[in-house]
Amino acid sequence: MYRYDEFDAKMVRERAEQFRYQVERRLKGELTEDEFKPLRLKNGLYLQLHSYMLRIAVPYGTLAARQMRQLAFIARKYDRGYGHFTTRTNMQFHWPRLKDVPDILHHLADVEMHCIQTSGNCVRNVTADHFAGAIADEIEDPRPLAEIIRQWSSFHPEFNYLPRKFKIAVSATKEDRAAVKWHDIGIEIVKNDAGEVGYRVFVGGGMGRTPYVALEIGKFVSKPDILAYLEAILRVYNEYGRRDNIHKARVKILVHQLGADEFRRQVEVEFAEIKKHGTLQLPPEELQRIEKYFAPPAFEDLPDESPEFDAAVKSDPDFANWAKTNLTKHRAKGYAIATVSLKNIGKTTGDISAEQMDGVAQIMDDFGFAEVRVSHEQNLVFPHVRKKDLPAVFARLKALDLATPNAGLITDIICCPGLDYCDLANARSIPVSQAIQKRFADLKRQHDLGEIKIKMSGCINACGHHHAGHIGILGVDKKGVEFYQIQLGGSGAEDASVGEIMGPGFGKDEIVDAVERVVETYVKLRKPGERLLDTYRRVGMAPFKNMVYQEQLHAAY
Amino acid sequence: MAAPAPQMLTANRLIDGEVLYWKDGAWVPSFADGTVYDDPKQADAALAAAQTFVKDNVVVAPYLFDVRRTARGIEPVKEREIIRAAGPSNRTDTGKQAGMGPQEPRDIPPIQL
Repeated sequence: MYRYDEFDAKMVRERAEQFRYQVERRLKGELTEDEFKPLRLKNGLYLQLHSYMLRIAVPYGTLAARQMRQLAFIARKYDRGYGHFTTRTNMQFHWPRLKDVPDILHHLADVEMHCIQTSGNCVRNVTADHFAGAIADEIEDPRPLAEIIRQWSSFHPEFNYLPRKFKIAVSATKEDRAAVKWHDIGIEIVKNDAGEVGYRVFVGGGMGRTPYVALEIGKFVSKPDILAYLEAILRVYNEYGRRDNIHKARVKILVHQLGADEFRRQVEVEFAEIKKHGTLQLPPEELQRIEKYFAPPAFEDLPDESPEFDAAVKSDPDFANWAKTNLTKHRAKGYAIATVSLKNIGKTTGDISAEQMDGVAQIMDDFGFAEVRVSHEQNLVFPHVRKKDLPAVFARLKALDLATPNAGLITDIICCPGLDYCDLANARSIPVSQAIQKRFADLKRQHDLGEIKIKMSGCINACGHHHAGHIGILGVDKKGVEFYQIQLGGSGAEDASVGEIMGPGFGKDEIVDAVERVVETYVKLRKPGERLLDTYRRVGMAPFKNMVYQEQLHAAY
Repeated sequence: MAAPAPQMLTANRLIDGEVLYWKDGAWVPSFADGTVYDDPKQADAALAAAQTFVKDNVVVAPYLFDVRRTARGIEPVKEREIIRAAGPSNRTDTGKQAGMGPQEPRDIPPIQL
């Protein structure tokens, strides 16, 4: 994986020291809260309901064992023994004290980590397919480009005060696991007819109160041109983005108001200008240098079948269940990609204890995994596991309470921290997602229901991606009481779509029943092989709506 | 017209973010110990007085919130304040509900990297 060069190391260390000085000045009263707030936000530090919250960048979701161990150390020493992985593949600590944060930043710098640009109106942590480098039909690993974008966008002087935050994701397969069309810029690595690799660039996706799927702006941007093209997009946005209205300030509003053709035209004018100066051309040798950091491990020449694996499937039903959903076909024979679910039934989505972090790091050491991935679905991924090692890895995960066999199933719910922690939230999301998990805990039923993506947010800002859920749930505040709206038909995958609101919301004691009625409607209407999303797309909202609200009416009488 | 709801005053402590409640001109960590104002004028006066603590860099963003009297005693009206007063409802082992306030860093040596 990528290792800091001297510039990275210096930059991150200096930033930690600068923040120490800023905190000192704030505590002495030399800075007011209004002056200090933008500084702390630029370092990922929020003030939430109970305490401060520190958001740590995990670039393209890739962590080494030593980084995982350092996060465990920070959780124990400065926090309350646990952390939370977010939908932007970052880690959040929910209980740090302001006065300790500069020390925490130095501990992070020790392992080449930081909190820079995890908040504020700048380019945020760049995300990528969590199966990068391991999945079979990938054109190339998307992470070298993500790393180059990280370097280009970190402290970029022109883009440190954008109209609003800016999120970029990169993917390199037809199947989209990185939700690229839901990003301000989504990049799909593609091959043209001549067999050259380049970039298809989508702009203007986003969640929040005005959800949009991104539009194709760059059909095929050549490799050396990509930074110039991104710079051109950011320039158009920086100049014309709506700074007068926070609700209209994201690039999605500009793109969808102008339309793809006009936005593309403006980008191309800027792009031509940048090209004229000959700057921002990505030298192939630099790209190759970065690519080397992401070279896959030397895969052993293994047979695809593993007797150890097959024996475990036969003898251990728990392993067989886990293997059924949590393993994905690897590009190399005799290997598998293993998803470590952070959706233990009835626990908190994305939360991980210091013991579990250490345990994951130990598995990495013992089985020779150089890295673990964090997915935007708030799970972990071991990208390269020898099939013959899987039973042993599973046993270790089981001992850590990390072997939940539900990847992609209805209990694998994306969920923001909601009103249990977040200052912006209108309603709790964690208890609702826990109650849904418990309702559908029966594994046989989960398997029968197949792939159902429930995504839940505690407010309209949509950190829980509810617009992209096959079933999306949005928590709202109705005169101080929590209510929950259901949306159907969203997708964060290659067939991206915005979910449609079903109708009036449900109280917290009604929402789980309502979700179950949606699911039962699907079971009644589905054709063989159809997922809930497919059935919804075929029959539309009406049958679901009728069933859910009629049943509710009956229940009321 | 219905009588206005009783109010309490809250803020977060600057240095560690701890939730605090106003009690007779000072700040206390426990919701149960806070002063309840039935008279909106008195509540507004408390909020004005609290600005001194903002200027002195003790607390951040003080505000008034509605409470109600129930058989169990005084309770916040809104879920947000119920959760602030107790701690996260998904983790009853932490926060004020578990008697846990901000802590000094634990005495754990750095790990070998």
